[in-house]
Amino acid sequence: MAEITYLQAISDALRTELRRDQRVFLIGEDVGVYGGAFKVSLGFQEEFGPWRVIDAPLAESAIVGGCTGAAMMGMRPVAEMQFADFISCGWDQLVTVAAKQRWRAGTPVPMVVRLPSGGGFSGGPFHSQNPESSFAHIPGLKCVCPATPEDAKGLLISAIEDPSPVLFFEHKHLYRRIKAEVPEERYTTPIGKARTHRAGDDVSVITWGAMVHTADEAAKQLESDGVSVEIVDLRTVMPWDKAAVLESARKTSKVLVLHEDTRTGGFGAEIAATVAEEGFEDLDAPVKRIAAPDTPVPFSPPLEKAFIPQVEDIVAGLRELAEY
Amino acid sequence: MAIAREAEPVGSLHEVREAGLDREDLLGVYRHMLITRGVEERGHILYRQGKIPGSFYTGRGNEASSVGVATAMGPDDVGTPLHRDMGVHIVRGVDPWRIFAQYMGRVDGPTHGRDGNVHMADAQLGLIAMVSHLPAMLPVATGCALAFRIREEPRVSVGWFGEGASARGDAHESMTFAGTRQLPVVFVCDNNQWAYSTPTHLEYATEHVADRAEAYGFEGVVVDGTDVLAVYREAKRAIEKARAGGGPTLLECLTLRMEGHAVHDDAFYVPKPMFERWAESDPIERFRTWLRANADLGDEEEDEISAGVKKLLNDALQRAEESPLPDPADLADGVFAAPEDLDTPHHK
Repeated sequence: MAEITYLQAISDALRTELRRDQRVFLIGEDVGVYGGAFKVSLGFQEEFGPWRVIDAPLAESAIVGGCTGAAMMGMRPVAEMQFADFISCGWDQLVTVAAKQRWRAGTPVPMVVRLPSGGGFSGGPFHSQNPESSFAHIPGLKCVCPATPEDAKGLLISAIEDPSPVLFFEHKHLYRRIKAEVPEERYTTPIGKARTHRAGDDVSVITWGAMVHTADEAAKQLESDGVSVEIVDLRTVMPWDKAAVLESARKTSKVLVLHEDTRTGGFGAEIAATVAEEGFEDLDAPVKRIAAPDTPVPFSPPLEKAFIPQVEDIVAGLRELAEY
Repeated sequence: MAIAREAEPVGSLHEVREAGLDREDLLGVYRHMLITRGVEERGHILYRQGKIPGSFYTGRGNEASSVGVATAMGPDDVGTPLHRDMGVHIVRGVDPWRIFAQYMGRVDGPTHGRDGNVHMADAQLGLIAMVSHLPAMLPVATGCALAFRIREEPRVSVGWFGEGASARGDAHESMTFAGTRQLPVVFVCDNNQWAYSTPTHLEYATEHVADRAEAYGFEGVVVDGTDVLAVYREAKRAIEKARAGGGPTLLECLTLRMEGHAVHDDAFYVPKPMFERWAESDPIERFRTWLRANADLGDEEEDEISAGVKKLLNDALQRAEESPLPDPADLADGVFAAPEDLDTPHHK
């Protein structure tokens, strides 16, 4: 197995599906000649041609709606938003049309929207957001948030195969920072199944995306203090693996819910409420949440550092829970 | 000054034959227009009887536009008709009893009671169910055309919108994209002159909506939307042009809204003389007169057609009333699609 980056794993999944299935095409702004703003599709247009790697006008509604129509006609479109933030311009097509079409009209819409999301590099308010909770709230949309190269590949292939619209949140801060060995052959990773990133006995961290790695650093620090931390990587927030979360809560009796998105109404609120409702008897401490404050994502480094949960914030939260 | 081409009316039977319709076809068109209006008239009765939950919308006055365009579509073409386009469903072959079941929120409606009104479509007949947000179906119609272009299939997609919805970004984005790629899509604007209560001069500043087509790099055509034969001829031309690789057309049908926006709206804001003019240009009456003058439609044949439509609709109503209400236990089914949902003609 070769060691590849998170970004290469995404490219690998896309290339695999474009080669395997003639119905798959990629559409987005600058995805063709330029290879995408982050070079995920570099060289794709040479291999697959301009009608399978399509440079679209700067028109997110036409891109998402176009994918919706093409999906209904039997294609397997993959749209790239240049940044996850720009999905706001395609909201109506996704939420009003694609999400509801199967339920109300019986027409499945098998499409994927790739959303380069997340902060950590001074992208500011419009290039750093994590909007997964907004879409997880919409019945009919699946939300996938891989944390590792292996999951990025397997989950993207699963997303393309899936008969429903899937939002694929690929964290930009993991693109070139995270490397791992990834099988070269095609495989799928099930949507809705969590992964134990790190097994532990004293406190559970429930998280996804880039925060899995931040939590891991915090867990290592606590290890030297004799606190054993379990990290559950949800992988997908809709559907989400409730059973895995409740099982971990049962095991450690203490739960920290962590996400990079803002706190109020973030998906962590749903998880915390579920643990309180269904796992109350297993708990030895109140469920704790660590998330970004309820502000837009700031630009300047000290502000962004204060916004995105840091290792030390998580260490403090875990200590508090461990000592409770 | 108009930029779009202003289409001539259709005159003789000969001209109609040139456009591809024989006498049988013409009578079929007339019948479809009668069914379209009949379905909506009976819908009004059902509404007054309290059998239709929510509100109720019709396309009275738009029958020539909807039936004319749908008649020009090929069997493998697809479309996204809206709430004034009942005629499209009728021409494509949706059984009226299922439409009544849809109106009443019954289980045999195309959406099984999950959505109401004309928010329905039979995918097997090449139709895609509309949403309330207009013109949100134009990007979808453009996407269908994109699929046909990628697969190099000789199929065309038809996307409907109103002159009111032409103000929104989805129309602009769709036409921009379709123009750059010369996709096989026809944009049909039912310009009924009122966006709810807002008149055209507050909706757009050009003479015609179709004048915009030039800016998107394709042809714009304006046609009298009460003349079913002229609508058919122009729609056919646009659809076949798209099929042959000639790219999109924006076809604007100048049509009427002979009722309020919906059943709750008495349209007090429409000047009385306008309603009177509309009554004089009733598309069904206009076509009936034409058929009598140009295609030898006589009393006997006319009565026979009317009686057939009446029976069809009466039977349909009865069958729809027998359809059960949906079971709330199934409410959560199908929020997400299952792999077997993809087992449809489009997905093979």
